[in-house]
Amino acid sequence: MDSTGTLFMPPGRSTIAGEVDTLFYFIFYTSVVFFAIVVFGITFFSIRYRRQRKAGLTSGLAHNTKLEILWSVIPTILVVIVFFWGFKVFIKMHVPPKDAIEIKVTGQKWFWTFVYPNGSNSLNELVVPVGKPVKLLMSSRDVIHSFFVPDFRIKMDVLPNRYTVTWFEATDPGIYNLFCTEYCGKGHSEMLGKVKVLPEREYQAWLESGSGGGEGKTPEEFGAELYVSKACVTCHSVDGTLLVGPSFKGIFGHVTQLEDGEAMVDENYLRESILNPQAKIVAGFEPVMPTYQGVLNDRQLDALIAYIKSLKE
Amino acid sequence: MSENIALARNYLNTPRGLKSWLLTLDHKRIGVLYLIAIMASFFLGGVFALLIRWELLNPGRDIMGPDTYNQVFTLHGAIMIFLFIIPSIPAALGNFVLPQMLGAKDVAFPRLNLASWYIYLFGALFAVYSMFSSAVDTGWTFYTPYSTETTTSVISMTMGAFILGFSSIFTGLNFIVTIHKLRAPGMTWRQLPLFVWALYATAIIQVLATPVLGITLLLLVLERVFGIGIFDPAMGGDPVLYQHFFWFYSHPAVYIMILPGMGIISELIAVFAHRKIFGYNAIAFSSLAIAFISFLVWGHHMFVSGQSPLAAMIFSFLTFLVGIPSGIKVFNWLATLYKGSISFATPMLYALSFLFLFTIGGLTGIFLGALATDVHLHDTYFVVAHFHYVMMGGTVMAFLGGIHYWWPKIWGRMYSEFWAKIAAVLVFIGFNVTFFTQFILGTKGMPRRYYNYLDQYQPLHAFSSIGSWILGLGFVVMLVYLLHSIYRGRPAGSNPWGALTLEWTNSSPPPPENFDEAPVLTHGPYDYDKVLVEEGSPARA
Ligand code: HEC
Ligand SMILES: [Cu+2]
Ligand SMILES: [Cu+2]
Repeated sequence: MDSTGTLFMPPGRSTIAGEVDTLFYFIFYTSVVFFAIVVFGITFFSIRYRRQRKAGLTSGLAHNTKLEILWSVIPTILVVIVFFWGFKVFIKMHVPPKDAIEIKVTGQKWFWTFVYPNGSNSLNELVVPVGKPVKLLMSSRDVIHSFFVPDFRIKMDVLPNRYTVTWFEATDPGIYNLFCTEYCGKGHSEMLGKVKVLPEREYQAWLESGSGGGEGKTPEEFGAELYVSKACVTCHSVDGTLLVGPSFKGIFGHVTQLEDGEAMVDENYLRESILNPQAKIVAGFEPVMPTYQGVLNDRQLDALIAYIKSLKE
Repeated sequence: MSENIALARNYLNTPRGLKSWLLTLDHKRIGVLYLIAIMASFFLGGVFALLIRWELLNPGRDIMGPDTYNQVFTLHGAIMIFLFIIPSIPAALGNFVLPQMLGAKDVAFPRLNLASWYIYLFGALFAVYSMFSSAVDTGWTFYTPYSTETTTSVISMTMGAFILGFSSIFTGLNFIVTIHKLRAPGMTWRQLPLFVWALYATAIIQVLATPVLGITLLLLVLERVFGIGIFDPAMGGDPVLYQHFFWFYSHPAVYIMILPGMGIISELIAVFAHRKIFGYNAIAFSSLAIAFISFLVWGHHMFVSGQSPLAAMIFSFLTFLVGIPSGIKVFNWLATLYKGSISFATPMLYALSFLFLFTIGGLTGIFLGALATDVHLHDTYFVVAHFHYVMMGGTVMAFLGGIHYWWPKIWGRMYSEFWAKIAAVLVFIGFNVTFFTQFILGTKGMPRRYYNYLDQYQPLHAFSSIGSWILGLGFVVMLVYLLHSIYRGRPAGSNPWGALTLEWTNSSPPPPENFDEAPVLTHGPYDYDKVLVEEGSPARA
């Protein structure tokens, strides 16, 4: 299928996309034919048989066995074809190849975490090699989410009590949108991510770098980057607006009101807030911040803290 | 009410007084009470719809924050489904027309009928209460575990829907018995108007499926209040079980919503094409077929929920099966136009709109029933567009057609045909601008229930929002001329459209007991090939 996208479909960037699109357009053109018949029928009869004067007696024709069989059987045959075709492609989407790279996906309010075979991880950005099947083993930490990459034509719900699986093989390097498509509350429309498809070599290099990143940047710059890439941005602003959580603006060095008591915002407080958010709850907010234990390494933590420190009033 | 109509003794003025209305056992008055309540709900749901489209004009915040947005789309859905569309045609129009079509004095259980209206009000009260006490934000589907965790007032809303279910069951039960027992002498099943057949099929689903919704919602409430752990994964429950329960009702409910609409369309097409309906048996039996198969397709809402591929396969197959009878109906309606004498009065404009829009709604269902394409389209705007084409392009168009068709019977007066046509055209254009756009949004990957969206979707979203204003304008025009007609419209006469069903043989508005003398059936409902009947005058055999 056309890779720049068509009137209806976005560009197809996975091995399955072409097959889905072919079926899509088969249904589409068949539907257009049926629709045209109906519209033509309405228009033609409306003009030809419009009431001119008094109605009078009209035709009593109420049956035509041949015609009725025809318009029952033809659609039935067509939908049976569509059914088998849809099922065939669906099974392909369902069964990952044996040699697929397995990546663990966790959905939670309102971001995605990815854990790679070598143990490194990333947040909201799934990095995969081009031309290799990738199997996603998915689960949720809270409510139901759904993993959707339009350019790959794949979607699968992410459930709290069991693993679900989907897979794809990307055909072109590039960066593609990832959406959550199962309504999950306030941040549902912010639960966005990217799929970054790299050439095999770059993918390996990325894996080995431990996905830490931040080389050649000041801690503040690196922290600002992490603030976005690790999804702090969905809940914390840096300009004083209150989102799901308090703003970072000017909190450092001040006393913060907790649900029970108060605390001085210093480096240790920040560290604890990020690794063990439920330990101290800021007054007026709900205890919904996820823990970043095991997600951020020390260098990243330092960078984030440096960044928050830099956000003066 | 004024002048001559007020003088004639009819159900609107006999007896008089508010109390006589609130305690009435007359099916026509109960129909009118329902009509008022339903229109109020439709108005409220419509306002929420306009707010949604306004907020989506641009990415990010336009007029409300994400929490409010989530509540607004939930209320839009819940109100439109539970308070408007489910009761719309059966409880308002069906109540008014059914006994008259059968030549009966009333429904079989008039008290039960009145009770169902009060239960409806009571349920609506719960819904309104939950609107003001931190409105629900779960979507009208109340999916677990989100619905068991959110802090909003899920309990009062689900209790509201639970109570509304009883009103629906009562109406269904009443109609089944009425149709079996109260047909005029000589009216065999084959001579029932097709609207009656449709109401009958609907009533069967109402009685059989609604209890399942009741049980499901009750379980949800128990889960929230006592933490019984049936849906909560933390306690070994299964959130997907909730989806099965929910759709076990809510898919058949789709047919509770559309079947009565199809019934109205059969009436309108026959009357305004002035033509014997083509394929009476096919239309009548396809309603029953739809009613039964509709119980077996709920899993098509769950193709990507983690359900097994075998289950997905079966549900996909049955889904295609349930589509065929609807297709057959469309062809029968089309064939009825052939060699008719077609008038384009307002009700017919809605009937033709229905044919056009419902066909699109049905055909786009094929994309969703096919497994591979559904994976891409599920929970995107494609689904939103699809069900609005079926529910609004289908049921609401039929409802509007029915309102305009029976309006002169209900009030004894005619609305302005000129303004009615303007409104019909506005509604048709506005609807397509709003919702056709959403098919493209959906195929391009725009997920539903999104407060915010990527910039690339903005032009289409804005276009869709503009459509919603045209649609809104159409409804405002309609409201004005309809209300005006109640007071100032010209008298309609007993049979303004030249129809052959029995409700057009009595005066308009009908006397309290419907018929001055018990009607005797002399011809079938669509015998336009045998009986001479003209607009504005009674039939001559
Ligand atoms: C799902 C939303 C969410 C995400 C994502 C999130 N937080 Fe939070 N955070 C909160 C909420 C809510 C609070 C206030 C309640 C509490 O103290 O736990 C909070 C509190 C904090 C505090 C204490 C603030 C104060 O004023 O005392 C810090 C520091 C913090 N978060 C840092 C982070 C960092 C760094 C990230 C990203 C790595 C992050 N948060 C991601 C929701 C979130
Ligand atoms: Cu979500
Ligand atoms: Cu369904």
